[in-house]
Amino acid sequence: MLKTNVQILTNQMSKKAKLVELEEVVVKFAGDSGDGMQLTGNQFSDTSAFVGNDLSTFPDYPSEIRAPQGTIAGVSGFQVHIGHKEVVTPGDRADVLVAMNPAALKANMKWVKEGATIIIDIDNFDNKSYKKADYVEDPLHDGSLEGYNVVKAPITQLSRATVKEFGLGNKIADKTKNQFVAGILYWMFNRDIKIGEDFLKEKFKKNDTLVNANIKVLHAGYHYAETIEAMSTQFLVNPAKNKKGLFRNMTGNQATAWGLLAAAERAGKPFFLGSYPITPASEILQEISKLKNLGAVAFQAEDEIAGITSAIGAAFAGSLAATSTSGPGLALKTEAIGLAVITELPLVIVNVQRGGPSTGLPTKTEQSDLNQALYGRNGESPCVVIAASTPANCFKYAYEASKIAIEHMTPVILLTDGYLANGSELWHIPETKDLPDIKVPAVKDNDPAYLPYHRNPSTLGRYWAIPGQAGLRHRIGGLEKADVTGEVSHDPLNHEIMVENREMKVQKVAEFIPHQTVYGEENADLLVIGWGGTFGALYTAVKELQEDGFNISLVHFHYIMPLPENTEEILKGTKKKIVCELNRGQFAGYLRSQFPEHKYHQYNKVQGLPFMISELKTEFKRILNKK
Amino acid sequence: MTINPKELALTVDDFKLDQPVKWCAGCGGHSVLKTVQNVLPEIGVKKENVVFVSGIGCSSRFPYYINTYGFHSLHGRAAPIASGIKVANPELSVWIVTGDGDSMAIGGNHLIHLLRRNIDVNMLLFNNKIYGLTKGQYSPTTPKGSITKTSPEGSIENPFMPGELAMGAQGTFYARVVDTEPKMMKEVLAKAAKHKGTSLVEVLQNCIIFNNQVHKEITGKDVRKDHQIYLKHGEPMLFGENNSKGLVMNGSKLEVVTLGENGITIDDILIHDSVKPDDTIHYMLARMTLPELPVAMGVIRSCDCNPYEELLYDQIEHAKQNSPVKSVDDLMKSGHTFTIT
Repeated sequence: MLKTNVQILTNQMSKKAKLVELEEVVVKFAGDSGDGMQLTGNQFSDTSAFVGNDLSTFPDYPSEIRAPQGTIAGVSGFQVHIGHKEVVTPGDRADVLVAMNPAALKANMKWVKEGATIIIDIDNFDNKSYKKADYVEDPLHDGSLEGYNVVKAPITQLSRATVKEFGLGNKIADKTKNQFVAGILYWMFNRDIKIGEDFLKEKFKKNDTLVNANIKVLHAGYHYAETIEAMSTQFLVNPAKNKKGLFRNMTGNQATAWGLLAAAERAGKPFFLGSYPITPASEILQEISKLKNLGAVAFQAEDEIAGITSAIGAAFAGSLAATSTSGPGLALKTEAIGLAVITELPLVIVNVQRGGPSTGLPTKTEQSDLNQALYGRNGESPCVVIAASTPANCFKYAYEASKIAIEHMTPVILLTDGYLANGSELWHIPETKDLPDIKVPAVKDNDPAYLPYHRNPSTLGRYWAIPGQAGLRHRIGGLEKADVTGEVSHDPLNHEIMVENREMKVQKVAEFIPHQTVYGEENADLLVIGWGGTFGALYTAVKELQEDGFNISLVHFHYIMPLPENTEEILKGTKKKIVCELNRGQFAGYLRSQFPEHKYHQYNKVQGLPFMISELKTEFKRILNKK
Repeated sequence: MTINPKELALTVDDFKLDQPVKWCAGCGGHSVLKTVQNVLPEIGVKKENVVFVSGIGCSSRFPYYINTYGFHSLHGRAAPIASGIKVANPELSVWIVTGDGDSMAIGGNHLIHLLRRNIDVNMLLFNNKIYGLTKGQYSPTTPKGSITKTSPEGSIENPFMPGELAMGAQGTFYARVVDTEPKMMKEVLAKAAKHKGTSLVEVLQNCIIFNNQVHKEITGKDVRKDHQIYLKHGEPMLFGENNSKGLVMNGSKLEVVTLGENGITIDDILIHDSVKPDDTIHYMLARMTLPELPVAMGVIRSCDCNPYEELLYDQIEHAKQNSPVKSVDDLMKSGHTFTIT
């Protein structure tokens, strides 16, 4: 019976569909943790990138690996925003929602645009599933879906029937459901199904049966969409307008790993990563572990402390060394960062921020580790703090963090966050020869003038003599050292000199970093101030208000400690300022401490979620209109 | 890679440093320092390739007193710092100097993982069974019942034996020496330096201020021959005046016998096999305590097993040879890329 249905559906002549061109579209895939929504999301994103769309993605998954099936807690989502126009965020709300069960529908209705297309797996919409999702009324009949284009597809049944010939059993057959969904989307967005097939061939390359079964279901979904009356429109999102060249879809964590490696290659240094697995930073360690072909060493340590201390050891031994972690891990590394500060060794500490305190919200994004990065150590212990602002520019700032660490002989904390780490965007692949040079403060063997704390006058950094070099044997450590000679010293005045040296060295980095740019007019009525991963939403909100005629500008910081030299100049020129961050006002507090003469409004959110463009625009308009 | 020591022509003076040694007079540390400076010219490593790493505590001031590359680090963290150094540059001869508190309390986690990974470093563990630098609190090796500043009614904690931890963590080299016998110490340190993998050398060390004579039952001139057994690979386990006593296996237990008594001959005495992978007897030997059994000295276990960094660089070499991706430029252009025109 089922088989016949599929045959009828797939054998019917395709109907005449209307073709509509779109500037941009947001698709959200949502289902149980085990439904393969991340995979389908990635597949659809890759396909969109392949045809040249600009794009931005954001996965949203629970911290449990497989929370109870069918419950809200177990809903895993993947949002992708594709565009002919410039795309810098995954989008506030979805034009198309795929909901594999009632829980996925319930969890996502508030993130769907009015009139959106909602594709549901009707096979999972029964009383039992409603109960699991805490629905009191049947959502298909209570009027809550009025005004939406709901496609009730028998995804489970048709997928099972399609793969029946492979004899996989329902459990495995159900794993192909996501390809039915993919097929529907490929038809809807007029995509070449061959790209989807290639993705599956790569994904399941070790298992021909799975490749064939999934491809068959992909086609079944495509033909289903082509056939049914509920889907009458196909959409076309043309290639991005202002992008030309070689691109790839890049997540923040992958970009971070590659940026570090690019810096090591450029500096002519081996690369060492000492890390302990932690969400949402683990992919950095995993990525480096895969790149032994480039000589990269990934040392999976027994804990966070061993992660950073092994990296400090490697830095002493002459590697470009890094450690990657998230909030609680940064807390554990605190003492060791102090050691890197006092030994003045180059070290990159990547902190992929998540919701805190404590274990907090492991899979959700937040910017609440700024204070920890700036101040979280004993003693006067300054280090450089910088932040990436988009998934792809994690590459640039990981490279930059490495460059600063090496050239200035200092630990550098690179702040990213869960949103950047797991999100992705289209990345214009650079040539390494176009990356800035990295000057290693090396010492020649047997240099008679070498002393461990002799400083480079331009950076105030010391020089990097490494074990194995003849004639440069010396000792460093956590005890205070005498200026220049590096012998242990408890002399009171020497301590003060060394504290100042370390502080001035970090402040001096400001002379080597670019001036801060302003997006918009310098003397705007409202200056929006942001830093790190909120760039996409802030930029879009400001741009849209500028288009509406408001005199509003954005200044978005990547260099935090030290701030760019022209920061004060920018702040002076504007009437009102609002600092927007996903915390309770840590950057605002930092600016107040640096530039207390200014008044700063704040817009803060701590929900583990990124900013929505709409909420920002509402707030900015409110402040602009306020007398 | 070792070089013929004669070619290097190093002497003790190459490792002496023009800095005051600030350990107490009579501290066991002095004799270890001297012995290390004596053995380094003989291990076949260039002086610039030697690195000493330490944590925190009296023992951990060691790197400031020896002319090598040195890193005095954080409490408990010498093991991972040394691991990073060795993995970053396997050509280096890396030595850790640590104490019973540094390595087994705050650094206990790192110790077992260092041993498990078998990274080719040498760890000198100064065991004086007390916290010295913080002035006399009990440590993880302080015997139960000991009166210290933090155990005024006697310690109620069961002490660790470093050898037990070494075996439990699959250590490949474990030796024990005493600070008062430099000749034995030098022989053992030379073997530790040669061993491929983590070499753990426990030094029974006297703290003259806070735990004076803690090892006197073992090291005392009057008792040491009867209370210590110096184990050597391939030789019978003999000890006592004129090697008159030996160890035999009685059922599943070690037992002391006297040669010539009850028909015991040299052929009945166990032969020490430090290199066999099975650590059952090594574990028993490491656990021997007075008064029933003598305390084992020398190299108790020294078994061949590939060190971590050797396996790692084998994988790296293999990956380099078998991947078409040779640079970051190759990497960035590999996999799914899209040309937008």
